[in-house]
Amino acid sequence: MDDVPPVSGSHQAKKIVERSKLIPRLQKIQEKNGYLPEAEIVSLAEELGIPLSSIYGVATFYTQFRFQPLGKYVLKICHGTACHVNGAVKMSEVITEVLGIDEGQTTPDGLVTVERVACLGCCSLSPVIMINDRVFGKLDTAKLRDILDKLKRGEIDD
Amino acid sequence: MIEYISIGMNSCGIAAGAKDTYQALVKGLKERSLDIPIKVVGCAGMCYREPLVDVVEGSGITGYGGVTADNVERIIEEHIVKGSQVQDLMVKKASRSDPDDIRWDMDMFFKKQKKIVLENSGIIDPEQISEYMDRGGYHGLRKALSMAPPEVVSEVDRSGLRGRGGAGFPTGLKWKITMEAKANKKYVICNADEGDPGAFMDRNVLEGDPHRVIEGMTIGAYAVGSDEGYIYCRAEYPLAIKRLSIAIDQAKEKGFLGKNILGSDFSFDIHIKEGAGAFVCGEETALMNSIEGKRGMPRPRPPYPSEKGLFGASTMINNVETWANVPWIMRKGADRYAEFGVDRSKGTKVFALAGKVRRGGNVEVPMGMPIREILYDIAGGSSTDRDIKAVQFGGPSGGCLPSTLFDTPVTYEDLTKTGAIVGSGGMVVMDEGTCMVDIARFFLDFTVKESCGKCTFCRLGTRRMWEILDRISEGKGREEDVSALESLAYDVKAGSLCGLGQTAPNPVLTTLRYFKDEFMSHVNDKECPAHVCKPLMRFNITDRCVGCTACARVCPVKAISGEVKLMHVIDQEACIKCGSCVQACKFKAIEITGIKEVA
Repeated sequence: MDDVPPVSGSHQAKKIVERSKLIPRLQKIQEKNGYLPEAEIVSLAEELGIPLSSIYGVATFYTQFRFQPLGKYVLKICHGTACHVNGAVKMSEVITEVLGIDEGQTTPDGLVTVERVACLGCCSLSPVIMINDRVFGKLDTAKLRDILDKLKRGEIDD
Repeated sequence: MIEYISIGMNSCGIAAGAKDTYQALVKGLKERSLDIPIKVVGCAGMCYREPLVDVVEGSGITGYGGVTADNVERIIEEHIVKGSQVQDLMVKKASRSDPDDIRWDMDMFFKKQKKIVLENSGIIDPEQISEYMDRGGYHGLRKALSMAPPEVVSEVDRSGLRGRGGAGFPTGLKWKITMEAKANKKYVICNADEGDPGAFMDRNVLEGDPHRVIEGMTIGAYAVGSDEGYIYCRAEYPLAIKRLSIAIDQAKEKGFLGKNILGSDFSFDIHIKEGAGAFVCGEETALMNSIEGKRGMPRPRPPYPSEKGLFGASTMINNVETWANVPWIMRKGADRYAEFGVDRSKGTKVFALAGKVRRGGNVEVPMGMPIREILYDIAGGSSTDRDIKAVQFGGPSGGCLPSTLFDTPVTYEDLTKTGAIVGSGGMVVMDEGTCMVDIARFFLDFTVKESCGKCTFCRLGTRRMWEILDRISEGKGREEDVSALESLAYDVKAGSLCGLGQTAPNPVLTTLRYFKDEFMSHVNDKECPAHVCKPLMRFNITDRCVGCTACARVCPVKAISGEVKLMHVIDQEACIKCGSCVQACKFKAIEITGIKEVA
């Protein structure tokens, strides 16, 4: 890289601008599809003139991006510090037991994806899970089992 | 005469059920044909009592807590219709004219706080610029524009404000360096990538009072000569992003942002960039790489951002809370600001209290307050029947301090001496039921996952440290493990390029320093004193058992057997130590012990 910032309007400046669009574009693709389908990434690479390998490098770096479709419900289990000291590990175990999948997996019927997140920022409600956009806080195993039963019957709305 | 009813609807309030409360309010008022406006506000910080509803009338403000949809009826019927307060739901009574004057505060939660950054949170509607302006908003910007840029910088410098994101670099000095940098193009950035687990101060400011961040940035841009800014906000905060976008549009409409601000020659625009889930992007150089569309890996410093930052241009980056202090400093003056705090730590700091504490939420206190006052006077002490054992400051970069150090004043210097840091302001409280080996492993687990992989020590060293801790918590620790852990910790600190690796060993080093006994119990005696580490604990049914069979029915692995009305037994081989039986037992007949104590 040069030491001098590129002059605006130059070829190099244009390249930098194109490059800075990459993450927002990936976010749009994921918003539309729920994941990053291969075909869309290939055409994005051509459009922005960025090598496919480089896009793949960016997409795999950030935890937000995924290459598999999501379940109808996304259950995020918070493993922040406050949730941890208030029993998040136990909550994870119940989720695995009831849904039969580990964190990061989707149920075979495509109903639920379980994701592990570092902190949802609702620490005073810990332990916390989030199903789609709805937060369930101050959980204990009984409350959680109740929620998961409803979830399995598809009775949770946003 | 009731003027309006306000309801706290930051994401914490919504998570506690504020949307249902809101609906119930609308419905209840409509049914009685009462024409009282309902105002959506941010969070007053009392996360532990949410959903929060304030009834605002000429005589003052009555705050209600724990207002679930079911409680709304009572407030409408008793207070709004009949004019008598619902005593058992009341959490505060405040004056209209002076927000600092909270005359009666059931929980003592506000008494020792001083609100600067959070002065409007929970009071104004964050989506209405007029509400911010009514409380002195954008006065600081007007005043700044009437001054020469070096005067603005000197004002910030004299206030003693330091970086609130964690490192505590003097803000005025940072501004001065950027102002003096010779460059055609300068950027200012707001770091809103609040990633420390256990921290939610920035979220509250962005959701509850977004204009003050925009005003702060605009003042900063004017001072250093920048025309373009970015707010880099983590994608996990959708409500913050939404309210910021609304605020930016409104500020442009009013001429506080955009071309020729308030009729001057100064122009400035702000873009919002959404993060994509990488903790390391809270590090300033990684953050800039991320805005540029690259992998969020840190760059070596020097060159510092003021010289060569975003897109190669001179850049000034501050954290949300730092920016949020600036409008107040400009409006009221550096001297007023410096009246709060002590020595080299001036002003206030917002802390996010969580964990085993009675009154969790956001609190803002003058710097220099002893830890004990925050934990006990404001937060009300432990939320369980066990004592507070430690408090963790500053997330994965910080440290765990034992109760013997609770008289330490909260300043940058004093906390650094203890091995912890002020950090971004997360304070997670732990009681006697928390295992410090487990906590150390928990933080390492986080840094192992979040290390970007650039530096070997951070990438592999943290993993080796995690493995040692995992071994210790499994009861397989070896004598030499503790010293190996310590020496590796110093190597990782020395061998890492950025703040993430340099501070990742802090939780381990502080727990080793203050809770070595607990480590040694795990290693030598194969005991976990807090009974948290599963391989080192066992469940036993005592003679309090009446044979109700409740435990046997909930046991997921059918490890409990016994006849009805006779004492039950747990098959230790089959038990997975999930704790379901303890929760199911109404007679407290199941106790947890170490593996050596046999009931």
